[in-house]
Amino acid sequence: MTTETFGAGLKDRDVPAMLRGDTTFTSDLRLPGMLHMEFVRSEHGHARIDGIDTAEARRMPGVVTVVTSEDLAGKLMPMPCIWIPGGVESHFPPHPYGVPGAGPVLAEGVVRFIGEPVAAVVAETAEQARAAARKVAVAYTPLAAVTTPRQALAEGAPQLHEAVPGNLNALWTCGDAERTDAAIAEAEVVVELDLYNQRTINNPMEPRAAIGDYDPVKDEYTLYATTQSPHNHRFLLSALVLGIPFNKLRVIAPPIGGSFGTKGYLYPDMPLVLLLARTLGRPVRWADTREGLMRSTVQGRDHLQHVTLAGTRDGRITALRCTSYANLGAYPSTIGPGVATALMGRSVTGPYAIPNAFCEVHAVFTNTVPLGAQRGSGRAEATTITERVLDLYAKEIGADPAEVRLRNMVPPDRFPYENGLGWTYDSGDYAAALRRALELADYSKLEVLRREARERGKLLGVGIGSFVAICGVGPSTRMQAEGMLGGTWESANVRVHPNGEVAATIGSTSTGQSHTTTFAQIVASELGIDPSAVTIFQADTQKAPYGQGTYGSRSYSVGGPALALAARQVIAKMRTAAAHFLGVPEDQVEYADGTFSVPGREGASKTFQDMAMALWYGWSLPPGMEPTLDVTTFFDPPDFNYPYGSHLAVVEIDETTGELEIVRYVAVHDVGPVGNPLVVNGQFEGSIAHGLGQALMERARYDETGALLTADLTTYAMPRAHDIPRFVMDTTETPSPHNPLGVKGAGEIATVPVTAAVANAVCDALREAGVRHLDMPYTPEKIWRAIREAKG
Amino acid sequence: MRITLTVNGDRVEQDVPPNVLLVDLLRDTCDLTGAKVGCDTGQCGTCVVRLGDRSVKSCQMLAVQADGAEVTTVEGLSGDGELTPLQEALWEEHGAQCGFCVPGMVMSLTDLLEHDSAPDEQAIRAGIAGNLCRCTGYGAVVRAVQKAVKDKS
Repeated sequence: MTTETFGAGLKDRDVPAMLRGDTTFTSDLRLPGMLHMEFVRSEHGHARIDGIDTAEARRMPGVVTVVTSEDLAGKLMPMPCIWIPGGVESHFPPHPYGVPGAGPVLAEGVVRFIGEPVAAVVAETAEQARAAARKVAVAYTPLAAVTTPRQALAEGAPQLHEAVPGNLNALWTCGDAERTDAAIAEAEVVVELDLYNQRTINNPMEPRAAIGDYDPVKDEYTLYATTQSPHNHRFLLSALVLGIPFNKLRVIAPPIGGSFGTKGYLYPDMPLVLLLARTLGRPVRWADTREGLMRSTVQGRDHLQHVTLAGTRDGRITALRCTSYANLGAYPSTIGPGVATALMGRSVTGPYAIPNAFCEVHAVFTNTVPLGAQRGSGRAEATTITERVLDLYAKEIGADPAEVRLRNMVPPDRFPYENGLGWTYDSGDYAAALRRALELADYSKLEVLRREARERGKLLGVGIGSFVAICGVGPSTRMQAEGMLGGTWESANVRVHPNGEVAATIGSTSTGQSHTTTFAQIVASELGIDPSAVTIFQADTQKAPYGQGTYGSRSYSVGGPALALAARQVIAKMRTAAAHFLGVPEDQVEYADGTFSVPGREGASKTFQDMAMALWYGWSLPPGMEPTLDVTTFFDPPDFNYPYGSHLAVVEIDETTGELEIVRYVAVHDVGPVGNPLVVNGQFEGSIAHGLGQALMERARYDETGALLTADLTTYAMPRAHDIPRFVMDTTETPSPHNPLGVKGAGEIATVPVTAAVANAVCDALREAGVRHLDMPYTPEKIWRAIREAKG
Repeated sequence: MRITLTVNGDRVEQDVPPNVLLVDLLRDTCDLTGAKVGCDTGQCGTCVVRLGDRSVKSCQMLAVQADGAEVTTVEGLSGDGELTPLQEALWEEHGAQCGFCVPGMVMSLTDLLEHDSAPDEQAIRAGIAGNLCRCTGYGAVVRAVQKAVKDKS
């Protein structure tokens, strides 16, 4: 592998088109004769549907059809859920194929969340479809709603699904309860904390969209959609929703305008535009609005947690026990129940060697939008609760929070390290990353700053967020044990054209992570050629036969190795052929800088291009060798990978107004070798900003009927340029032993510790005002009220 | 209503219903899909275009209000395949990831630099206060503008 290409901060080759406005997103596509679909969404959090009158809507100008669940009977099955909390009894709505059901495409008799699709209107133009959708008259009888897990689990609470007694999807546990309780019982110090990790709305800038197209001659469907998992969607839609042959469905993901976890799920629009395209004989387009997104695209976080940490007086943590109530929303989203349980629960020991640990998660259905992934999902919720209680423990024993962390971190000589909850950490020097963060933050001088701030009438707080984040999902067999209905390998194809150009096809799909550049760098490095000779193809099930998708920071750390292994096979085959042509044993052939040569034999050489052409012609190849260079590989890693790091936030709070300013933000990450620092730093910066959004301002709010009070961007705050400070960033580099490139996930990890660092900083600042703990988001009003209340 | 306007230098004469938004005219009639529709309330800024010498959110204007105006969309900023120095700097600094907010961001920044040739960091951040980006965290965008300003001076 040449180092110049792998590791270079090459510019993203797709950006010029973006800058010129030439990138064609799904909602920018126009197919000939295309119709437009609009949903009629539920106006209630929970209600019985007494009747749907579509007569007036059908008479509106341009309307082609109006469909309700009755029209779909026998044509579309319910959507499936494919990640069941593993190892415990789980309850789901039904699906005819025996897999867990995730709810009907259009509501059948009952609506269970605000925004659930009740009917769909198709018209000649989008405006006509919208106008007609407003004329669909739905008669509802409102039902009592539950919007929090506590309400949903209460005796006599309204029931969402017949098949789910008590609204409990699963009570999932990991770790050793008995040992943990015993350790807590005999501990010198015990600290407890209740924390609400609020529900958030991911809000990628591009709302979801889908276009269905049908070719009656070939009986073939094509779905163009904002999907980060086109191959998975092809499988689930064809087999489990539409009931059509796999070979008859092609899924294409045009460029995607951000996802952060939301676009890997099955949504009702996907099967519906396909079915309607067939029945109407014309392409059908659906493009969501922002309000539609906020009422129906999966939401994030939403764990109500209680944690108990036990330790010694001198700062050694002996036990951690966490109980969490996860709000799954009204239906299980495609992988939501697994995200809410395993990804959170197994992660609560963080980067620390804690000898006794236990976590239980109550995954509960409520009348809210279904829960899914949000950048750093599960791991961020785990890190926040653990890092908060660790700070309280440090305060309790009068120790420095950084020192307590350093004291308890898994030391470098204990890898592979089993955390007692099911994860086996791969490699790292967790303390080194924290020490680097402390150094960059000038940690030892922060007490001086605190005094200076006090003199200016400000409260200064310092907060650390140290983390390790499971990434690179994952070994298929391991994910089977976690309850995943599907493989989690990744695929790659490397094809060398006769002139030496390379087409590399990957199974994963970029949602803004510069795949066409960073993956070309991997291929070019392995092949010893210039990256400009490599073109990356992705996001089309007809171009790449298989792939699992872009989630859990897995594209680069699972798909990247697949590509590297394919490229290595290409070079191996070229070497065999080159040795044959040069008349020497294979082990005498060296390959460097695009040339196969024989040391000591002047002029005995073949270039990469020579070999590409020779294998294309297929003339006089070694006996038994097939012509051409076309290698497909599948990489199923032996285990996950575990990037880590430490963040440190310094905040100043104005006691009079409650206003908060982040005056210093340091972030140190270890993702193994960095393939493209320009791109990876961009992922880090964006991830931190995403975390700051949750820490400072974001919260999805429902009223007691299940109405979403934050269904647009005037009521749901997202960080703007002036809300985000500059970050001081650095990396350490510890390769993962679990893939041939040594790389670890990088796309979402920097979100994981942000809320922890900021929450610790804010609570540190407010300690002086008498506040022990305050939940996010830290709006000025909330801080001001907390200070007022503490002062009585 | 019949309106006449100039879009990226081309004269557009069109009958439009009075309730059509400028962004929909640009996207659906003029086939200029650079300007996006990212929200319903004028908050996100993905639809920003230039109207004469100021930037506007084209989802907050009716098409008929642009009658007689000169509209420039991101597609009309530079010649075939070329990038403006600002766009070049955004590329260099990785100021675009998914690309959905980028057309609006580019138009707001172009407007900023026309009115302030050397904005400081605070002014740059204020200049894109109406543009939401979920990918970059804005740092690379700010650095790109600073680079463009520095390269020019």
